Parts: sequence; C-alpha cells; structure tokens
Amino acid sequence: MNTAQLWTVILSLGAGSFLLRFSFLGFIGNRPMPEWLLRHLRYTAVAILPALVAPLIVWSDGPGTEPDLGQIIAALCALFFGWRTKNVFVAIFAGASVMALWVIFVA
Amino acid sequence: MTTTTTKSAYLQGLRDGAPFMAVAGPFALLFGVLATEAGLNLFEVMSFSFVVIAGAAQFTALQLLQDNAPTLVVITSALAVNLRVAMYSAALTPYLGDAPLWQRIFASYLLVDQSYALSHGKFEATPSLTTRQRMAYYFGTCTLVMIIWFIFSYIGAALGTQLPPQIPLNFALPIAFISMVAPMLRTFPHLIAAFVGIVVSLLLAGLPFSLGLFLGGLLGMMAGARAEIILDNKRFGEATE
Repeated sequence: MNTAQLWTVILSLGAGSFLLRFSFLGFIGNRPMPEWLLRHLRYTAVAILPALVAPLIVWSDGPGTEPDLGQIIAALCALFFGWRTKNVFVAIFAGASVMALWVIFVA
Repeated sequence: MTTTTTKSAYLQGLRDGAPFMAVAGPFALLFGVLATEAGLNLFEVMSFSFVVIAGAAQFTALQLLQDNAPTLVVITSALAVNLRVAMYSAALTPYLGDAPLWQRIFASYLLVDQSYALSHGKFEATPSLTTRQRMAYYFGTCTLVMIIWFIFSYIGAALGTQLPPQIPLNFALPIAFISMVAPMLRTFPHLIAAFVGIVVSLLLAGLPFSLGLFLGGLLGMMAGARAEIILDNKRFGEATE
C-alpha cells in the first residue's frame, strides 16, 4: 500500500460511513415513517447483531477454519444468561468466565 | 413533574455505556497494533480511528490494503461491512428525528453498535422520554466509549508489535455483541428474527462483501415483522370471539 492509496481509503471511508449514519437521521428527520417500515425496524438489532456474530463464533480464526468448542460454549452461555437475566453485565461475565476457564483448564 | 431531567438522562447513558469501555478498548488496541504492524504511522492510525470509528470496517480495510486489493474494492467492502449503521440510523429516526440538525449531525458521527443498541433498547422500554432526554441519553452512551476508542487506538499504535500474542483479543467482539442482544430478546418474534439472522448468515458465510450478513439481517428482520403480524392477528381473533 502507498500513502496516497491509504489516505484515499481513510477519507472515502470516513465520508461514506458518515453518509450511511446520517442517511435516515439527517434526511428523513421528523417526517413520519410508514407502519410497515417501523415494524421491520423493531427487528433490526435482534436480526443483524446475531447475523454478524454467528460466523465470528463458528469460524473464530477466519472463514473456513475449524470451530473452537470453547468459544462456542462461551457464546452460548453469554446468550443464555443474557436472555434469562436481561442483564448485559451478567452476560459478559458469563461468557468471559467460561472462556477463561476453558483456556486455563481445557485448551 | 418528570423524574428524568436532561442531565440525569445523560448520566444514565454514561452509566449504561460504561461497561462497553471494556469492549471498545481491546478493539481499538488491536487496531492500533495491527495497523502499526501493517506499516501505518501514528498519525495515520489515529486519523483512521477518528474519521471512521467503525471497528469491523477498519479491520476489513486494513486487511484488504495489506492484500494489495484495488482501492475501490477496499472502500466498497469496508462500507458494505458498515452498511448496518444505515439500518441503525433508520431505527433511531422515530426517536431522535425531532432534534436540531446539529445534534443529528453529531449523533450520526457517533453512531456505532453500542450507542445504537443501548439507546434503541432504552427508548423502546421508556416511551415517556422527551427528544431532548433521548438525545442526552444517547450522547451519554457514546462519551466513555469514544474516549476509550481514541486513547486505546493511540496506545495500540504506540505499543506496535510488543503485545504478547496469547491474549485472545478477538473474542471480545462476539461476546460483547451477544451480551448486548440477548437482553433484547423479549418476545417470540424477537427470537424468530435472531434465529433466522443466524441461520441465513451461517449458510451464506461464503459469499463475498459480507453479503451473508446483509441477507441474514434483512431476512431476520422480515421474519420478525411477519411473526409479529401473525401473532397480533391471532390475539385479535381470539379477543373478538
């Protein structure tokens, strides 16, 4: 990579990311949005975050690598405790503890 | 009299956002370290983190730059990874769209997974908040995470190649995202949306440009909305009998 390419990427990525973030907040503002759109938006986070995370857990060392059982168990624990307790800290603590125990005693 | 003032909403956002320092820190650190290893100098690393503020997109761009991919491919792929922030922007608009333009510009610049997830959850659970209080809460959730993001990008860049490789920094991201999303799974349609998102994204993981992620998110969203309609109709049907 050369300096010119690097700065082209940094500045384009900055501008592009801002436009993505500003898109609805900036251009739609307080104009009403249709009910069907709002209904779909209620499920953005609960659909896209799991979709983002699932491949990172199953193929933790990159696409096509062997699944790591410890990471999968840790992820399921975080998910279960977060879901039952509705508490972010409990979920993080459960996931991190299982991962630490796995690294120390099993791996 | 309202019990929540603008200031207390900001402070509550600050408190709710605090644990995510533990998430943003390692990622900024890792980015700083990897970018320095790739040959970026301190000013370039900091500019990257300051201008873009998107961990996953920055890692994608860095990887492709090192692979000597064409500039256009680097930019398109990294933006594709970041496309989800447009959905976050749409999801927050019903709650923050009333705010003055300058606030919406700052809010847009600071829109990341954490600020979106915390704020959207809060706004949904507390409909009585005013737009001012919502904006205050939102900026509260951003404050500490952003400070940590910049400081740890700097530390990572300064440390460069000196970090021991045994520390599994890469697992902080998945655990953080799971911990954010699990408490949001309150209804059956939420579970359907998450399940469809996971299955589709795993099945399509081989597609380029993170297409599996978008299709997973999109289909999960549609499945959740559809499940909500079916459940509502069922309830309505029973009520009229």
